[in-house]
Amino acid sequence: MYKNFLKIITFLSILVSPFLFTSAYAKTKVGFVYLTTPGDHGWTYAHELGKQMVKKEFGNDVDISIVENVPEGPDATRVIRELAKQGNQIIFTTSFGYMEPTLKVAKEFPNVKFEHMTGYKRTKNVATGNIRFYEGRYVQGVVAGLMTKTNKIGYIGAYPISEVIMGINAFAQGLRSVNKKATISVIWANTWYDPVKEADAAKVHIAEGADILAQHTDSPAMLQIAEKNGALGFGQSTDMGAFAPKAQLFASVNNWGPYYIKKIKQLKDGKWNTGDGPDHWAGNTWGGLSTNMLTLSNFSNMPTDVAKKAQAAHDGIKSGKLKIFAGPLKTNDGKEIIGAGKTLDDGALWGMNYYLEGVTGKVPK
Amino acid sequence: MENLLITILLTSIPILLAGLGELVTEKSGVLNLGVEGMMLCGAVAALGSVLIFGNPYIGILFGAVAGILISTVFSFFTITLMTNQVATGLGLTIFATALTGLIGEPFVGKTAASLPKLEIIFLSDIPYLGKILFSNDILVYFAIFLIFFIHFGFQNTKIGIIIRAVGDNHDSAHSIGYSVKLVRWISTSFGGMCAGMGGAYIPLALTPHWSEGMTAGKGWIALALVVFASWMPIRLLIGALIFGGITILQFVAQARGWDVPSQFLNMLPYLATILALALISFKLRHNNYAPACLGKHFLGNK
Amino acid sequence: MIEFTPRKIQSSFWTILSPIISITITILIGSLIFKILSYPVIESLYQVFVSPFSRPDRIADIFVKACPLIIIGLGLIFCFKANIWNIGAEGQFILGALCAGSFALLFPETKTYTLLISMFLIGFVGGAIWASIPAILKVRLNVNEILVSLMLVYVAMLFIDFIVRGPLRDPMSFGFPLSKVYPDGAIISKVDFPFIGFLGQFHYGIFIILILCPLIWFFINKTLPGFQIKIFGSSSRASEFAGFNKNKITFYVLLVSGGLSGVAGVIEVSANMGRLQPEVSFGYGFTAIIVAFLGRLNPYGVVIAGIIIATAKLGADNAQMVLGIPKVVTGIFEGMLLFFLLAGETIQKYKISIRKTN
Repeated sequence: MYKNFLKIITFLSILVSPFLFTSAYAKTKVGFVYLTTPGDHGWTYAHELGKQMVKKEFGNDVDISIVENVPEGPDATRVIRELAKQGNQIIFTTSFGYMEPTLKVAKEFPNVKFEHMTGYKRTKNVATGNIRFYEGRYVQGVVAGLMTKTNKIGYIGAYPISEVIMGINAFAQGLRSVNKKATISVIWANTWYDPVKEADAAKVHIAEGADILAQHTDSPAMLQIAEKNGALGFGQSTDMGAFAPKAQLFASVNNWGPYYIKKIKQLKDGKWNTGDGPDHWAGNTWGGLSTNMLTLSNFSNMPTDVAKKAQAAHDGIKSGKLKIFAGPLKTNDGKEIIGAGKTLDDGALWGMNYYLEGVTGKVPK
Repeated sequence: MENLLITILLTSIPILLAGLGELVTEKSGVLNLGVEGMMLCGAVAALGSVLIFGNPYIGILFGAVAGILISTVFSFFTITLMTNQVATGLGLTIFATALTGLIGEPFVGKTAASLPKLEIIFLSDIPYLGKILFSNDILVYFAIFLIFFIHFGFQNTKIGIIIRAVGDNHDSAHSIGYSVKLVRWISTSFGGMCAGMGGAYIPLALTPHWSEGMTAGKGWIALALVVFASWMPIRLLIGALIFGGITILQFVAQARGWDVPSQFLNMLPYLATILALALISFKLRHNNYAPACLGKHFLGNK
Repeated sequence: MIEFTPRKIQSSFWTILSPIISITITILIGSLIFKILSYPVIESLYQVFVSPFSRPDRIADIFVKACPLIIIGLGLIFCFKANIWNIGAEGQFILGALCAGSFALLFPETKTYTLLISMFLIGFVGGAIWASIPAILKVRLNVNEILVSLMLVYVAMLFIDFIVRGPLRDPMSFGFPLSKVYPDGAIISKVDFPFIGFLGQFHYGIFIILILCPLIWFFINKTLPGFQIKIFGSSSRASEFAGFNKNKITFYVLLVSGGLSGVAGVIEVSANMGRLQPEVSFGYGFTAIIVAFLGRLNPYGVVIAGIIIATAKLGADNAQMVLGIPKVVTGIFEGMLLFFLLAGETIQKYKISIRKTN
C-alpha cells in the first residue's frame, strides 16, 4: 500500500518536473537544423553566426542543440521530431526543403514553436522568415556596371527559382542604372554548393570575356578563380574577402541573428506569433537592408567614386527612397511588365519567371 | 578561345591520370572498380597535407601515397583473399567515400595553395599553342609524360611485357616463373597511385576546396574511358579531352544563351559515356582488345 | 605461402556464421576508428547500434528506413544471383517514383486506392524501363552493365530535377522545385496502432515486404526460372550446356530488379513525402547492394540485413546529434562489412592452409 503510494508520487513528480524546471530556470531550449556544416562559409555559416549571436544575447538562458548535414526529406522529419521530443521549445529549420517536414512535425507538437527559414507556408505554430537578398544584388549591379571594362558580367545561379531570378533582375536593374551597354549572362550550376562546378562555371565565364562575376551559390570557389585570373566579383552570404582579397568588391551578408533573437524574446515573453503578413509569399518577416537582416561588407578593390555611388544606392534602398523594381520595366524580349510610375509588389517578385532587360538568354522552363 | 581550351585540358587531367592508372591495373588482369574512392582519398590527402605543410607539391606526394594505401586494401582482398573484384571495388568506393567524408569534415570551407604554373622557356612563347600546352602546372606535364611512358613501357620493356602476359594468360605466365600475384599487386598499386594523383589534382589545381564526394563520378568516367580507349594510352588522352570538352561545353552553352534546359546539358558527360561504351563494344565484338584474364582469379598453387 | 584448395562441399554453417563474424570484426575496427578520432567508444557504439531501439517510435522508424532498402535488396538478389551487376538501383528507384508520381498528379481529385494500385504497376514499369537500357545494351552489344547502370543514376537525378522544376512544378510554389501534393488516393497512410496511435512514420507500405519476401523465396528456390538464374550465375558455361537462354536471363533479372527498385521509390515518396521533389532517394540504391550481400542473397536474410543497416543509419543520426560524429561513418561500416563478407565467401569456397615456401 505504502509502496504503491510512493510509486504514484514518483510518477506524478516526473510528470510535473518539466514544468517545474522550465519555471525554475527559465532556460529556453532552442533547436537548429542545418543543411550542411557551418564550415561551408556560405549559407549554413551565416546561420551559425546567427546562432552565435543568440548565444551571446541570452547566455545561459538558452540551451541550444544543433543538427548538421540534414538532407531535405524523410530524415529531416525524423530529426525535427527528435528535437521536439527532446523538449526544444523553438526550432529553427534553416533551409527551404525543410518546409513539409517542419509542417508535418509541427502538427504533432502544437505547443512547440517552429521557425522555417525561406519558406512560405505557415500554420498556428509555424512562422517563416526570409531575407531580401535581392537588395544587395542591386548594389552589386551598380558596382559591376561602373567597374566592368568588357561590359560582360558572368552570373552563376544555383537553380532557376523565383528567389534567384529576382536577384538576377535586381542586379540587372542596378547595372543598367549606371551602364546601359553591359549585359549579364547566366550559368546555372544546379547545386547550392559544389566548389568544382562553381569553379568550372567561373572559368567559362572568364573565358567568354566576363570581367566581373556574381554568384547565387554558396562556396568561395568563384571568387578564387576570379582572383587567379585577374577578374572581380562579389561574395555570397558571408564576407569572403579572406578567400579573394584582390577580387572581392564586397559581399552581401545574411544577418539572421537579429531575427532569431527577436523571436526567442517573443517566446520568452509569451508573445510569440506568426505575424499577419500575406500568406503567399516572402513570409511574414521578409527583412532586408532596412532591418539589418541583410548587410554589405566593406567596399574594396574599387575607386572611391564607385564606392560612393554604391553607398548611395545602399542608403537609397535602406531608406526606402530607391525602388529597385520601379516602372517602366521590360523583359529582355521586349514585353512590358509595368509602365512608368508603378512598382512591382512582393507578390510579383515571387512570380518572376522572366529576365529583365540587361540579361541575355531565357529563363529555363 | 585559348582560355577555353586550357580549361578543357585542365578539366580532363583528373580522369586522364586515373584512367591511365586503371589501364595498367586492367592490363594485369585486375578490374578495380574503386577508382572513384581512390580519387577521393587522393583529393582529401592532398588538400589536408597542403593545409598542414603549405606546399602544393607535398600534396601530390600525399595524394599518390593515399591512393597506393587504399589500393592495397583492394589488392589484399581481391588478389590475396580472392574476393569478387566487382563487389570489392564497389565496397572500396563506398568505404572511401565515407572515410574521406569523415576525414575531410574539418577541411570544408578551408582553402589551400594551388600548384603554380611552370612556363617552359621558348616553347611557352609560341603563339596560341605555347599558352595552351607549355604554360601549365607540373601534373599536366606528368600526365602527358605518363601516356608515352605507359605506351612505350608496354611495347618495349620487359616489365610491360610481363604485365601483359599476366593479364592475358596467368597460367602460362605462372609456368614461366613469374609471380602472378606480385605483378598484380604492383599494377594495382600503380593504378592507386595514379588515381590518387588524379584526385589530388582537383583540389590542387581546379578548385582549392574539399567537399564530400567532390569527384562527382569522375572515377567512373575514367573506368569507362579505359574501355573506350580499348586499353591504349594514346586513345585515352583523346577520350579524356572529349569528356573534358563535354563537361565544359555545358557551361559554355549556358553562357552563350543556348535554349536547352541546363539539366540536359549536365547529363551530357554521362550520356556520352554510355554512347561511347555502346559504340566501342559494337566494334569490340569483332576485335577484342580486353586482357583475356580481366577480372579472373588466380589461385596461385597450381 | 598461403594455399587455397577448392572445397568440394560448401559448409552451410558458414552461410550464417560469416555475416555474424563480419559484423563483429566491423564493430571492432569501427571502435578503433572512433578511438583514433577521439570519440568516446562505448557511447558511440551505443548511439549507433542500440539507441535506435530505445523508444517505440524509434523502433518503428527503423522499419521505415529499412523498407526501401529491403525492397531494392530483394530485387538485387535476382541480379547478383545471376552474376549481373546492377548498381544503378538508385536511378531505377527515382524513375519509379517519378513515373508513378506523374501519373498520380494527372488525377488530382482521386480518393480511392485504385490509384495507388496503378501507381505500383507504373512505378514497377518505370524502374524496369530504366533498367532495360543496360539490359538491352548488355544483351545486344555486350556493353558493361555496371558502368551503364551507374551512369543512368546521374541521368535520372538530373531528369527528375528537370521535371520537378519544369513541367510538374506546382504553380503555387513560387518557382521552388516541388510538384503539387499527391491526391489522397495516392498517399500511403501511417499505421494507427490500436491503443498506441501513430509510431514515428510507420506506414502501411512496409507490409508489402511480408508478401514480397516469401514470394521471391519461393520463386528462387522452388521454380525452374529461379533454378536457371542460380545455375547461370554460378557457371555460365554449365547453363549454356543445359540450353538456358543467356540473354533472356540477363534481360529479365535486370528488369525485375529495376521494377522492384521502382516500387520502392513509389512507396518511399507516397508514404514519406506526398509530393515529388528533386531529391527523392538518399543513396538507398547503393546501400541496398550491401543489404543484398549481408543477407547472403537470401530473401529472409535481406530483410534482417535491411533492418541491421537501417539501425546503423538511424544510429548514426543519433550519434551526430548527441556526440557530433559526422554521420558518414555508416558508410565506413558498410564498406568494411562488405569486405569481410566477401572474404567470408572465400573461406567458404576454399580450404586455406599455410605452407612454408621451399
